[in-house]
Amino acid sequence: MAVSEPRDVTAVTVGGAPATVEPTSPAGASGAPDAAPIRHRSEFLYFGLRNWKFLFGLSVVLVFLALALFGPLLTDHKPLEFTAPTDQPPSSEYWMGTTSYGQDVFAQFVYGLRSAFLVGVLGGGIAWVIGAAVGFTAGYRGGWLDDVLNMLTNVVLVIPTLAILIIVAAYLNVHGYASEAVLIGLTSWPWAARAVRAQTFSLKTREFVDVARLSGRSTPQIIAREIAPNMSSYLLMMFILLFGGAILIGASLDFLGLGPSESISLGLMMNNAFTSSALLLGSWWWFVPPGIGIIAIVGGLYVMNVGLDEVFNPRLREL
Amino acid sequence: MSLHVKDLAVYYRSLRGDVQALDGVTFSVADGEIMGLAGESGCGKSTLGKSLIRLDGRMRHMRGRVELDGVELPIASTNGAMNRFRLKEVSIVPQYAMSALNPTRKIGKFSRELLESRGVDFESVQPELERRLELVGLSKSVLDLYPIELSGGMKQRTVMVISTLLDPSLLIADEITSALDVSTQKAVAKTLVEFRDRGFVKSMIVITHDLSILYQVADTILVMYAGKLAEKARASEIVNAPRHPYTKLLISSLPEVGVRYTERKLVGIPGKPPSLLKPPTGCRFRHRCPLASEECKQEPPFVELAPNHHVACWKAA
Amino acid sequence: MLTLDNVSKTYRTGAFGTGTCNAVCDVSFSIEPGEVIALIGESGSGKSTIGRMILRLSAVTSGSITLDGVDVSTIRRGRLKDYYARVQGVFQDPFSSYNPIFKADRVFSMIRQGYLSGLSASEWHTKLTASLDAVSLSPEDVLHKYPHQLSGGQLQRLLVARALLLDIEFLVADEIISMLDASTRIDVLNLLGDLKERGLGILFITHDLSLGNYIGDRAVILHKGAVVEDGPTEQVFSKPQSPYTQMLLDAVPRLHERWGEPHSNGAPPTQTDDE
Repeated sequence: MAVSEPRDVTAVTVGGAPATVEPTSPAGASGAPDAAPIRHRSEFLYFGLRNWKFLFGLSVVLVFLALALFGPLLTDHKPLEFTAPTDQPPSSEYWMGTTSYGQDVFAQFVYGLRSAFLVGVLGGGIAWVIGAAVGFTAGYRGGWLDDVLNMLTNVVLVIPTLAILIIVAAYLNVHGYASEAVLIGLTSWPWAARAVRAQTFSLKTREFVDVARLSGRSTPQIIAREIAPNMSSYLLMMFILLFGGAILIGASLDFLGLGPSESISLGLMMNNAFTSSALLLGSWWWFVPPGIGIIAIVGGLYVMNVGLDEVFNPRLREL
Repeated sequence: MSLHVKDLAVYYRSLRGDVQALDGVTFSVADGEIMGLAGESGCGKSTLGKSLIRLDGRMRHMRGRVELDGVELPIASTNGAMNRFRLKEVSIVPQYAMSALNPTRKIGKFSRELLESRGVDFESVQPELERRLELVGLSKSVLDLYPIELSGGMKQRTVMVISTLLDPSLLIADEITSALDVSTQKAVAKTLVEFRDRGFVKSMIVITHDLSILYQVADTILVMYAGKLAEKARASEIVNAPRHPYTKLLISSLPEVGVRYTERKLVGIPGKPPSLLKPPTGCRFRHRCPLASEECKQEPPFVELAPNHHVACWKAA
Repeated sequence: MLTLDNVSKTYRTGAFGTGTCNAVCDVSFSIEPGEVIALIGESGSGKSTIGRMILRLSAVTSGSITLDGVDVSTIRRGRLKDYYARVQGVFQDPFSSYNPIFKADRVFSMIRQGYLSGLSASEWHTKLTASLDAVSLSPEDVLHKYPHQLSGGQLQRLLVARALLLDIEFLVADEIISMLDASTRIDVLNLLGDLKERGLGILFITHDLSLGNYIGDRAVILHKGAVVEDGPTEQVFSKPQSPYTQMLLDAVPRLHERWGEPHSNGAPPTQTDDE
């Protein structure tokens, strides 16, 4: 049954390129010798700097990042020292008060932020690399390789990751947040692989990929130089989501007491606070900062992503 | 019926300013006339078609009026005044209509929703719908099928039947044959003429870039260039005795069965159409026209040089 | 030079690949240097698939495609570059043929990196200018521009110029002018005619009979994957043997005859049934 595909016979002016300046204007503003078109990157910069969601999210994340980097320099208390009086509310000596064990909450908070960002970057980064690798390979090569990778992706997707992480964490005696980040990275990549695969499928059928093949380019070269650059905005947003997701999963694990206990993280702080009945004691300064920290960073990342989506996709912009 | 368009101008908003897609066109379509609207991409023909029914939200109506059967069409209004005219007085088969059918709706359900949104009781028109489907060679079981189960030609004819079910005075058909194979093109084009002959539609504007299809089905052809009208005449005159230089060059650049490269090399038109962001003053074709001279810096009016033959060119007189 | 011998392409469809779909069935024809073959068919006829198989972008299910006697499907991945130095293709959508984030002349630098890296800068410049000249483009108009700054006709010509950089012997032109405006189509078509006169073999794939008639020396008509007619263009168009060809010729809208009138060559229109 031959269903004739629509042939766009009226010559398209700005044919479907993802990073065009405006929606396809019928009379075509192409090729005017004097009108210089806005270059893609500066177009993104222009809109990026004017999108409040992106700027707001970015500022929030940057504030906490600054705290993570420079906070520890501001205090000479160490997070795990038991040198302070117990259960003190915030004061000029202990800016965020102290815990029931006599530890400085502010020191714990800023060092905890460092762990959070570490887990985010490492865990998100690993997931990003695996997801992109699997997605590009499956999407471009197709065939049996696609079937195998699909199966792998589906299996990892369906496994209840938290349960697996709990079991692994309990048995493997995870040391250090780096290991936790690796575990998170190894289990949170499937949705990214799926998304990359889908986009690669559609980009693979574009004729410029054929032209690259006809120029003697090999498969890895085509993926790296032709396909990935066309998805660069998506890959960036994907990393941001994986980053935020890794922080969240890490915090959940730590809160359940399954993360490393040698150093401190925001989730571990909250775990300690609850097991010491901080709520009943009214020591709000112990669990509110880490809670806000997690929510603010992850929320800020997501809001930033929504803003970025608008920056990259002309159709979402409110003109 | 009669359609009178006077000085219609429609622009598109864009980041870099207004694209002057349609810049002051004046013409008429008589009762029972099938007028072909021809031109290359970017000439404004689709814009003209869509502006008569106010289909595109990005359009800005700048000036001009449209009168259908003595009633002025509210094509400039943004508050939905055009709604009561759509499908009943003016109807359109938009470009890519057959690809735009909702894939999750059966054809029957889709037509029901469409007609009921216009306040028409579907049950009362259903017999007529089925009759017309059979008339164009489709069985009424088409109503129970999903769009993917139909071929291109079948979808196109279905859309045409649904669009003309309420017997509109004017039908605008935008590139309805472009995506079809040659054999189905013929069937669909003939269906168009049949609709007019049977009185389902009083007049039609058939928009296409393919002049040869227009020669087959249209009574008159209106050629557009860069947002302005170039020439309007009977189909046979446009093809055999064109007067505007653009029309002449265009006709002579079209290959036809029977003409071979080895015997007679055809010639195209050098250059390309002007950008409509800041269109040139005067005649818009003058930069590509072999006959251009000083007087062409003044825009030529669209005047009747011979009975029913309008041309916008100083050199054609 | 290039010969297709009982070439077929079958796709497996359906879940687990249980269905089959014959895109191309037992197609045979050959092309000599300096010859233009117009491969004419409607959508679904398999014409693009044949082009892709010749260009090694799709695999042949059965049959063989040979270039000067060497079976094209036996060329290993590593040697494919040499094949592409002799056979190239240009496709339908000029805007899709260019990676939109790079400038249009990147297609030239890809060829330079792959094949002509030994040339000095001035040698490269000479060669590039000669190629652009052969397609009637001037360097200042088209170099260092993004694809959306150029017109469809210029982009298609750039692709032909790219193919010419390699001194190819054979070009697959798959609907290369379908998406261009009528006034620029004929210029690109005439370009193909010039190339033919320089000795290039061209497979001109199209659904448009008038274009095939204009430029083709021989016409091959495809219907549902199989060849229904093959012969010199004059003959195929004036005395078609196959009823399918006759049906096509009757259905094609012409500029000086109406449907139903006798053809200008005296042959009466055959009875056609509407779909």
